[in-house]
Amino acid sequence: MTMRVGVPRGLLYHEYAPAIHTFLESCGAETVVSPQTNREILEKGLALCVDDACLPVKAFFGHAAVLSDQVDALFVARFVSVERGAYICPKFMGLPDMIRARLQNAPPIIDMCVDIRQGLGSYVSSLPCSDTCKILGVAPRRLSWAVGAALMAQRKEDRRRVKRFAPSGSAVARTGLGGYTRESIYETSLTIGVLGHAYNLDDAYLSLGLISKLEKMGVKAVTAEDYAYDNLRRWERRGADRKQVFWTAGRKLIGAARRWRETGEVDGMVHLTSFGCGPESFVAEVIARDAARHPAMPLIILNVDEHSGEAGMATRLEAFVDTVRMGKSKR
Amino acid sequence: MKVSFPHLGNLWIPLKAFFSGIGIEVVAPPPTTRKTVAIGAQLAPETACLPLKVTIGNMIEAINSGADTFLMVGGIGPCRLGYYCELQRDILSDLGDDVDLVVIEPPRGHFRNTVRFARLLTSRAGVRDVVEAGKLAWEKCIGIDVCEQLANAARWSEAERGAVDRAVRKGLAELDRASTIRDVQAVIANTVEHVRSCAVVGPICQLDSCARSLVTDRYGALLRSEEGDLSPLSVGVVGEIYVVMEPAVNMNLCKKLGTIGAQVMQPITFSGWIMTHVVLDIVKFMPKPDMLAWATPYLGHFVGGHGVESVGHSVQMARSGFDGVVHISPLTCMPEIVAQSILPRVSEEEGMPIMSLTIDEHTADAGLDTRLEAFCDLLAERSGKRLDGISGAGRWKDMQVL
Ligand code: SF4
Ligand code: SF4
Repeated sequence: MTMRVGVPRGLLYHEYAPAIHTFLESCGAETVVSPQTNREILEKGLALCVDDACLPVKAFFGHAAVLSDQVDALFVARFVSVERGAYICPKFMGLPDMIRARLQNAPPIIDMCVDIRQGLGSYVSSLPCSDTCKILGVAPRRLSWAVGAALMAQRKEDRRRVKRFAPSGSAVARTGLGGYTRESIYETSLTIGVLGHAYNLDDAYLSLGLISKLEKMGVKAVTAEDYAYDNLRRWERRGADRKQVFWTAGRKLIGAARRWRETGEVDGMVHLTSFGCGPESFVAEVIARDAARHPAMPLIILNVDEHSGEAGMATRLEAFVDTVRMGKSKR
Repeated sequence: MKVSFPHLGNLWIPLKAFFSGIGIEVVAPPPTTRKTVAIGAQLAPETACLPLKVTIGNMIEAINSGADTFLMVGGIGPCRLGYYCELQRDILSDLGDDVDLVVIEPPRGHFRNTVRFARLLTSRAGVRDVVEAGKLAWEKCIGIDVCEQLANAARWSEAERGAVDRAVRKGLAELDRASTIRDVQAVIANTVEHVRSCAVVGPICQLDSCARSLVTDRYGALLRSEEGDLSPLSVGVVGEIYVVMEPAVNMNLCKKLGTIGAQVMQPITFSGWIMTHVVLDIVKFMPKPDMLAWATPYLGHFVGGHGVESVGHSVQMARSGFDGVVHISPLTCMPEIVAQSILPRVSEEEGMPIMSLTIDEHTADAGLDTRLEAFCDLLAERSGKRLDGISGAGRWKDMQVL
């Protein structure tokens, strides 16, 4: 019987779904992904997680909990670093341990470490992880092969995603394997750059439907995910007078913000942050400070937590879009 | 040039010794108070972690007392500390203050900053002086660690309330004035004597192997604990280094526990931290490997900050017979959120109560008192020990042999 491995639909699943699916399937496992975030999942997460954690982590706990009695193992990778010389967030480094400590009667947890801080070569040679092999019941060689396949699948998807985004076109389309499709059907004149973690923006529940709200207002939304990471990283360094941040997501967002500001590709920026997010508290500050020096590019920061209401956000968003529209028509 | 630096407990004593030794004028910022915290909280981003807010408060207060150059540590992640310097620079320049921020980066970090720091070091002195000043500062650094540990190990038994703290405060003042390594050691010897005359000194238990050897090499004979039938409640304090080490921020946590009648053990020390994070860092970039071994299987990877230490030390203390552990962290502190999630499991499986406290600029003194008292009562009830500073059953546990 094939092994059923549960993959919580949260956090980096939104970015690395192709890699995760390819990896597990190459190891001969069947993947079970938890449903889209909903009230019930979030409540479960809130009950399990410590109060001080950020919203996406709390939701992740909920996803893990709904899967735990349906599967033979849970896949909660330990994402330490996905590029040379940078981290993602300290919480990801302890995520499998947090889940293990708080989820009662949890199935075995596959806590494979992803750490490319010293480069891809040294990561691949530091494989295989014996625990992962044991839980999945595969030989180390098969595991290394699966990692290779996963990396290739991810790269292919990254390329496809970036190619589908044509800066001059009218529609931004992106289909993550996460299942959330975003398609702008409007011919619009207004473009808004949306900053935020992919796992917030892609999750309509956690982001209170931010992107679809914008699209309903006839606004074309672009996110940092629509550009190649290398491009954003170059933008992040361009003319920078601060030292480089050491969080990959931070580099991405600061790069996107700078690109938008300097090229004028977008008419305004919305930054969605989660309450209690550590890196974001600094990254948002850096972006806001730079934006303040360029008053031509309006910026609004929307901070969400489990108590945020959709209505409140809609009002603020509408007011913001109106200002941007007015500013644009004046120019 | 008048150099200043943020406060962290008594660390200003060795820092001052070092910079004075190399001919640089030092302005230690005024001691951290609630006002410092309030100033910082107003200027820093709201959701930034507490140490950033307090250090900004320190900077503003130091500028008001004449400082024009600031030292700050940098870093290469994963935690926010490594990026403090950039926000501090921005905030200070917003205020229009003409100050220079010199960032001490690990060699692999920002090259420009490293060069600036090296230039600052040798601006007034030769390499020989730098080495000499470094030695004296290192000795003082170990000295402040001993003083703090002494106070933690003795407060519970002081005959007169506040006697131990007075003795230690006097010792620290003399330590600040001492100008040779021999003076420093004499001051420490005196202070130990002085404390012993007003209280019973429990074992100075050093969990951290490298800090232990630093202290025992120098003061081992002095600090040997008195044999006796005493066994006070022993409580460990773990958590993020800044809130653990800065009494003004943690509202005198260790002193409070001591006054309640517990012998306190604080495994994080300055000298231990410098040894593992600076000296060993240059050799290789990892936390103390032995701490990770203690933390496994609860936490299997370092998570930045002191997350691994919080979990590892708790496990270690549980297994060496401590009665309980207080875990303290700033609000939204990422590594400590990981630790906080895991510690209840540690507590359950190792059979030792652990209380997590989160601190921010609004934390009130009174609330903390009540929680600590309740926690100590619980511990006393579980262990059958007494909190009145006299004696309970049993003997000192030999906590040094770990
Ligand atoms: S990056 Fe922010 S939102 Fe994401 S896990 Fe870390 S703290 Fe939470
Ligand atoms: S360890 Fe905690 S307090 Fe220190 S920088 Fe990181 S988040 Fe802030």
